[in-house]
Order: sequence, then structure tokens, then C-alpha cells
Amino acid sequence: MALSPTRKAKVAIIGSGNIGTDLMIKVMRTSQHLEMGAMVGIDPDSDGLARARKFGFAATSDGVEGLIALPEFDDIEIVFDATSAKAHVVNAAALEPYGKRLIDLTPAAIGPYVIPAVNIDEHIDAPNVNMVTCGGQATIPIVAAVARVVPVAYGEIVASISSRSAGPGTRANIDEFTETTSGAIVQVGGAKRGKAIIILNPAEPPLIMRDTVYALVDGGSRSLEELTAEITESVEKMVGDVAAYVPGYRLKQKVQVQEIPSDQPVETLLAEGETTRPTHQVSVFLEVEGAAHYLPAYAGNLDIMTSAALQMADRIASSPKEAAR
Amino acid sequence: MSTPIYVQEVSLRDGMHAVRHRITPEDVKRIVIAADEAGVDAIEVAHGDGLTGGSVNYGPGSNSDWEWIEAAASVIKNARLTTLLLPGVGTIEDLRRAYDLGVRSVRVATHCTEADVSAQHIAAAREMGMDVSGFLMLNHMAPVEVVAQQAKLMESYGAHCVYITDSGGRLTMNDVRDRARAYRDVLNDETEIGIHAHENLSLSVANSVVAVENGVYRVDASLAGHGAGAGNCPIEAFIAVANLSDFKHNCDLFKLQDAADDIVRPLQDRPVRVDRETLTMGYAGVYSSFLRHAENASARYGVDTRDILMECGRRGLVGGQEDMIVDICLTKLAEREEAAS
Repeated sequence: MALSPTRKAKVAIIGSGNIGTDLMIKVMRTSQHLEMGAMVGIDPDSDGLARARKFGFAATSDGVEGLIALPEFDDIEIVFDATSAKAHVVNAAALEPYGKRLIDLTPAAIGPYVIPAVNIDEHIDAPNVNMVTCGGQATIPIVAAVARVVPVAYGEIVASISSRSAGPGTRANIDEFTETTSGAIVQVGGAKRGKAIIILNPAEPPLIMRDTVYALVDGGSRSLEELTAEITESVEKMVGDVAAYVPGYRLKQKVQVQEIPSDQPVETLLAEGETTRPTHQVSVFLEVEGAAHYLPAYAGNLDIMTSAALQMADRIASSPKEAAR
Repeated sequence: MSTPIYVQEVSLRDGMHAVRHRITPEDVKRIVIAADEAGVDAIEVAHGDGLTGGSVNYGPGSNSDWEWIEAAASVIKNARLTTLLLPGVGTIEDLRRAYDLGVRSVRVATHCTEADVSAQHIAAAREMGMDVSGFLMLNHMAPVEVVAQQAKLMESYGAHCVYITDSGGRLTMNDVRDRARAYRDVLNDETEIGIHAHENLSLSVANSVVAVENGVYRVDASLAGHGAGAGNCPIEAFIAVANLSDFKHNCDLFKLQDAADDIVRPLQDRPVRVDRETLTMGYAGVYSSFLRHAENASARYGVDTRDILMECGRRGLVGGQEDMIVDICLTKLAEREEAAS
């Protein structure tokens, strides 16, 4: 049973920076089953808190303890955490006794990874789900799209984002970004080993987020043409699935498939103990243009992260179990 | 009065780009022994893109960083074993592993405007008790006062030294002088300054000398200039000039010449020199490691290497964006098809 049109689940957002503020605007404008309950920050002067107050939402600059103390807290069903990996560990522990559903937008990865286009229904009942990283949301669907066609021995992603779209939380969490994304390339993407690279580019005007996915695969008995056609079809379908919730998500170039040259020492990239040498390299070039809800359109990284989190929250709120509350 | 300098040999890190990150641990040992015996202060070992840089994007290494570092550590006697870490590519975990294998010095590298992503890594390296430098790459891409402030940030995180890293080989001698003075003006007296030059505009020795004359202490150089693009500052030529300029160092010129000609140059499968491609990199201000990737893409997609490199410069690509080289080729091919139809 879905929620009746009038009943919406109340949400709180911890983290009043770029991501939290963008998410707040999405909850207000595009969500079907959610409404804003409270905005939580630690900087009383933050733009996100000021906007929340202007919109008339409960707001506190006293962090998670401030949230728990709010009169509105009891009505909150879902809490988004858009702080940092370290802060999320503290926030999750503080909220644990209250039975709220947590959606973690930091790379803390306490709960299972969710990439909506790949596994949104898998962890619908988990108390805490992790949205991986912006780069992971953009690229792991493609790894999974390749992996449903052929075995992927190794998946690698390169995410290039505009310096302006990387706030202090992102900058202080670079290692967590690469580690969490690499983990999810394997666990959700289905590659045997994963590697993630993130680049900050300060060019002006700011560059739109770019993501490149490389997969080293075993093409089996297929010809290069057959392999290219099958992988292209799967990738194009997946791009459509992601674009359904991130309209600015697109394939920038034709999917490239090539034989791995015999002198390329790809064995140093494979998982430990892996003995089968992959036959082909797949390269997929993506662009993610943001919806410009908070930061301008170049910040596709922001948009894909908050859109994915919103998808998950909407799904939780509309699930039969939640509707019975 | 002679000027003291600190010479770091980089052919086993930057030079990895020149041989597409393919070198046997045996050859690593030969180079380390020769450089160590020739009296360099430090020897840097890693994939060209730093620890765990081995990837599809940058090229897989013939060996892991750990195999190369182990080989180097097994023979090094006097020089300081050093490595490189790019936040966003390698992690603190990787640095710990390098430390466990005997590495005692690290350069933490960021684009010249993004110093704040290095705070975690510099602090962690200091906690391990390592010698730590900040490495502000593609230094030419930001104004003097901006890079000086970024250097100050790295100092505040705990860096003992901050480099003017001319990854594109794009700085002229006046540029280097201005940057060295600007760093010196803002940094504490005890913080050292380093120069990392590339030969793309044929200025690497001259730039390194100008740097030392303006307060720089650490100089990167490599045997036979073995490095990305047109290579790094050739150590044997630099030491010759250092002798003539009364710089104080511990290097033996003839031993370096022998190692350059007998050991390193024969390993090169593409000459490391100023030619139309590498000169174009300096001219367009492109990250030197893009060279071999651009040449590969040129051969595969039929787009002139120089057109690719100029477009890299026009797009303002930074270190690590090698994936955009193929993107550029595919975009140019699509434009060609459109023009033809």
C-alpha cells in the first residue's frame, strides 16, 4: 500500500552545507512522499540553515543533539546525514535509540550501499543505508550494466568534479571517497576488483561533472562487434534508468570496446589470486549536468548524490511497511 | 659563499611515465645503487602517478609499487627513500604500507589550487615520523600569489618543504624566480622550498638554477632527464652547472653521467627529449604525463598528437584527467563526420 496523497513522511537533514541544502530543495520541489521536518547544522551562520528558517522549517545549529531536542523530532521518520564520514559515525550512534531510518550521504558506509538504478529494493528495510559517493552514484550503474553482460575482472572509475562544487566535507574525505567507491564497485557493481579516482578541477567557468568508467572484461567467444553491441545496449538502457531520476545524466561518447594489447600488464590490476586474463577493455564516457537546485548546473556531483538519496527515501516512505506506521 | 642544495633523484617515479610504468625490480635496483653511489640525497620510487597509481587510466605498472619499493629498499644505503602520494588516487593506507617497506619521506601532490585535500595525508605522514613535502602541481596554472597561499596551507598542515612543481614544463625563468620569492615571502624561515622542473621548453636546468639562486633548497633531477614529457631536469647537466655555480652538494658528476648513459637511457622505448610533441606540451601548458597517452590515442583514432595536446590545454585539464584524451579524440572525430556529411 502506498501512502495516501495527503500523508507524507517527515524528514530531517543533518548537514547544512552544499549537499544538505540541495537535498532540502529537492524534498520541497520534487519528492512525492516526503516533506521537510528539520534542518540541522553546526554553523549558526550557514546559508543552508538560513534558507531552512526562511522556508519556515525547524532548524538548529546544535548538531544531532539539537535535532533530538527539537519538539518536531518525534514526527521525523527519515534522517538524511550529509555531514562527513567521521560525523556520521557519531550521529548514527546518537540516533540509534530512536528507531529512525538513516540515509547516509557520507562515505562512512555503516549500512549497506545503495545505488538506486541497481539495487534500490535490496535494502529497503535496513535501518541505515549508505549512498556511496557522488562518483559512485554516477559510475557504478555502468559497471553493473557491463557486468550483467560479461564477467568484469576489474572496474575503475575516474570522477572529475569542479573545485567549486567540492565543499570542505568532500575535501576532508578524499580517502573515504576512494575507499568507499572502490568497495561499492565490487559489492554493487559486480566487478571482482574496483578502483576509484577523484580529480578536482578549478577551471573557470566551472566544468560539468565528468565520469569515465573502465571495465576489463572477459568477452568469451563473442566477436568484437557482438561484444560491443551487447555492452552498448546494456549501458544505454542503464543510462536511461539513471536519467529517470537524474535528468542531466548522459552518455557523452559511444561506448568504446577494444582488445587489450598483449603487452599491457593488466595482471597487476586484478584481484589477488585472479589468474584469468581479461580480453577486452570497455570505456564509457559520462557527463552529469546538475538540476541547479542549489549550486549551478556544473555541480552534477551534488545533484546525482541528492537525487539518489531522495529516490531511496521516497521508496522507503512509500513501502507498505512504512505506510503502516 | 657556496649555496647548499638537496638533490632528489626522480627517474624511478616521474621516469615511470617515460617507460609507461614498466620496469623490472632488477633495473630499479641497478638505478638505486648507481644514484646512491653517486651521492644523491634522496631517491623517489613509485608508479608515475604515485602510490597505487597503476590503473587503466594512467597505465598499469609492470609491477606493484610494493615490489619496486622493496627492490629499492634492499639496496639503498645512504640516500633517503622517498615516494609520492596523490590524494584522490592513493590513500593513507597505501602510505603506511610504503612506510613499512622502508620509505621515510613523501611528497603529497595536489593541483596547485587544491592544497586543502592534502591536509589528512600530510598530517598522517608527520604522525608516522616521515619527512613530508607538499607538491603543488601544474604550478603555472594559478597566479603567483595564489600558489604562495596554497604553499602556506601545506606548511600549516605540517609540510617540511613545499615545491614549485612545473608539471607542464611551462614556467620560464622569470616565472620561477617570482614563484620562489613569493613562496619565500610567505613561508616560515624553517620551511624549505623545492623545484620540480620539466624540460618541455628546454629550460629545466636553467629553471632549477634560477630557483636555487632565489632561495630554493631541494631540486628534483633525474638520470638522463628520465621523466614525463621531455623529461625532468637532467641530473648530470644540473650537477655540472651546480659545480660551476658553487652550489654545495654531494654528487659525483662522472658517476651520474655513467649511470645516465649506461643504465637509464637504454631503458627508454621512446626518446625522452624536446621534440614537436613534448615542446607542444610546454607551449600549451599540459601535464607532461599525458604524452604517451596522447600518442597512443593519436595512433588509435587518427587525430594529430599536437591537436590533442592543444585541446587539453584549452580545456584546462589538470593532472589525472588522462581519460579526457580519448574523449577529445572522439569529439574531434564526431566533428569531422559532421563536417563531412
